[in-house]
Amino acid sequence: MDMTALLLSRIQFAFTITFHIIFPSFSIGLAAWLTVLEALRLATGRPVYRVIFDFWLKIFGLAFGLGVVSGIVMAFQFGTNWSVLSKMSGPIQGPLLMYETFTAFMLEATFFGVLIFGRSRVPPWFYLFSTAMVALGTTFSAFWIMVNNSWMQVPAGYIIENGAFVPNDWTKILFNSVVWSRFPHVLIASYLTGAFCVAATGAWYELRREYHAGSLIMLRMGLGLAAVLMPIQLVFGHLCGEYVNTYQPSKMAAIEGRWNDENPASEVLFAWPDVENRRNLFAITLPPPFGSLIDSDSLTAAETGLNSIPPENWPPVVIPFFSFRIMVGCGMLMLGLAWLGTYLSFKQRLERNRLLLWVTFLSFPLPFIAILTGWFTAEVGRQPWVVFGVLRTADAVTPFLTTRAATISLLIFCAIYVFIFAFGMFYIYRLIRTGPVRRLFETPCLAVPSRPLSLANADQSFPEPNHAGVGE
Amino acid sequence: MIMFWTSLLAISILLYVVLDGADLGIGILFGLTQGEERRRIMLNAVAPIWDGNETWLVVSGVILWGAFPSVYATLFSAFYLPLFFILTGLILRGVAFEFRDKTQRVRWIWDINFAGGSLVAGFMQGTTVGALVEGLQVTNGQYSGGDFGWFTPFAALCGIGLCLGYALLGACWLVKKCDGEVRDTAHRHIRILAISVLGFLVVVFAYALAEHLPILHRWIDRPYLFVFPAIGAIAAIVLALSILRHNDRWPFYAVALVRVGIWNAGTVLLALHHPVRHHHRRSCPGPVSRLCSGAV
Repeated sequence: MDMTALLLSRIQFAFTITFHIIFPSFSIGLAAWLTVLEALRLATGRPVYRVIFDFWLKIFGLAFGLGVVSGIVMAFQFGTNWSVLSKMSGPIQGPLLMYETFTAFMLEATFFGVLIFGRSRVPPWFYLFSTAMVALGTTFSAFWIMVNNSWMQVPAGYIIENGAFVPNDWTKILFNSVVWSRFPHVLIASYLTGAFCVAATGAWYELRREYHAGSLIMLRMGLGLAAVLMPIQLVFGHLCGEYVNTYQPSKMAAIEGRWNDENPASEVLFAWPDVENRRNLFAITLPPPFGSLIDSDSLTAAETGLNSIPPENWPPVVIPFFSFRIMVGCGMLMLGLAWLGTYLSFKQRLERNRLLLWVTFLSFPLPFIAILTGWFTAEVGRQPWVVFGVLRTADAVTPFLTTRAATISLLIFCAIYVFIFAFGMFYIYRLIRTGPVRRLFETPCLAVPSRPLSLANADQSFPEPNHAGVGE
Repeated sequence: MIMFWTSLLAISILLYVVLDGADLGIGILFGLTQGEERRRIMLNAVAPIWDGNETWLVVSGVILWGAFPSVYATLFSAFYLPLFFILTGLILRGVAFEFRDKTQRVRWIWDINFAGGSLVAGFMQGTTVGALVEGLQVTNGQYSGGDFGWFTPFAALCGIGLCLGYALLGACWLVKKCDGEVRDTAHRHIRILAISVLGFLVVVFAYALAEHLPILHRWIDRPYLFVFPAIGAIAAIVLALSILRHNDRWPFYAVALVRVGIWNAGTVLLALHHPVRHHHRRSCPGPVSRLCSGAV
């Protein structure tokens, strides 16, 4: 077994999935937002909704495209780098991904075409329906992926037969408390991502004093949705903590920086975990029973420390410890911002408060950071297991994978992802900077009578500034 | 149950090869085309459907994983580098669809990515199938061919053949979907490509006979499989007739049928004769796919 190939495979998987998850989480939120906009437009008939819709659809298209191409890699990587895992877990993880492709990808691919090319070809209700189907598809996608990942976190409903995990109870795999606390947690996180990106864009236009009608809608709807969702997100986050405490004590101990068994437990707020000497440096700690209260909803519960877990079963303590705190920190900032902004917008003072507009504008990375660090907490905290408690990551890697092959693929991926990420971000930035009513650049008219309606045509059918939104 | 999954797998691979094959083929032809207007028309002929078409690749991958986990694990890990090259190509050409119309100054970057990515993806797919037909080196149920064991002259030949086949399919799609200059050029391409594909088919077949790849046994074992090349032959005749009569609708379906005939037989046999079940040093999984890789 080649240890370097193992390490490179882990880096590669972490890198590709980190890159990938940015885009689905963004597009899940945006798809839901687009559906709301289209419904509002049909209900109210206000053209400003159409302008905002068309604008965000372009950004959705970019995020969706990057999500599609980076997602195909994921479906292959299990086989290429983790052949032992895929051989063993194929009967469970394979069908779950199959359901994803049949329910999610088919809906997305079919109806996304309608969104881009069908505005003038299908009736309005069908266009709304297509938007909703794209949103539903992205939601299905999140569901199946969360079922899949939750099974790796807490394997359920299976027996081991000829060295493979064979499902014997699909209801246990699909409907257990772990899935149904993690799936909503991720789904709401995606909605929050969309909400904050929309609000930040609105704030930017407001700061530049442009597209006032549209930017105010973005700002208010984004912050308002976040204000409602953030508390719910905290509840589901807490539920996720409960499953970790029940099923993955090693992850919980690492997150909490808890070295010794405690009864009742204290709560480490901040510290630097010194893994070598098994202690926390510079710790700020809440006294007992805060730890038991937070982890187990109890004043007296005993909590496990890392010292009572064999070190070979420890995750790398520092990563989950810090990534968890960063996630929670981002969540708290978002909660404060969403509530304050919504309060001010009720008082009609939001658009005059330039400081808060600046803060909102600069807040758009928060949900992304929270999602990534949340994933790092869940995935790194699961180590050294790939299927928790059953299969070790080191035993799951392709046995004959060479360092050379793994190096080539990792380097190529890094180069390509950096390349397309840089351009993707730049184009999204430029679309947003250009705004809903200006054009990116004048496209020469190249119409050929029977050519299919194209994106460029959709561009040209954009409402002109004077009749759209601005004057509202 | 095995038969069900095998058929499902065959159907999804077939759909992928026909549908995304046309996409990739248009990408390859795109590289040979000059002029912004023509390129835009070509791109727009597949822009609404490319991600749907590519979904079939993921479908094929996950069906393989769910229904035949050990096949999935063995093949995908054995073809480590070719698969990464395919993915690389698909990523670069996929983003080109979205990125291309967001810029004017560096549009050429995405044009190169679109054409180059399509070419790399098509070539590596053909190479992979060619290597599979030749047989993977397996020791004790584990691949032992090394990082570049898949890259043989025969495999490379199949790669070129598949690119030609994809380009043919792409040209047929353009003829069906477009008008004017683009269609006329595609008409010319179809003739050249159809003849070259036929030529490659002959070369690949001759190579296979010369190398004594045990295809013929498999054919004689299962006479019903002759129905697939028969379909292929009929479709080839339809293609030839529709070219002669300047019909625009039929070529795509005809070429698609050629693939049905040849590829389907290949995938079914591949699934039935998977390398891991063979303990010879060089096992030979599927006979017919050599033809298919050459054919399209």
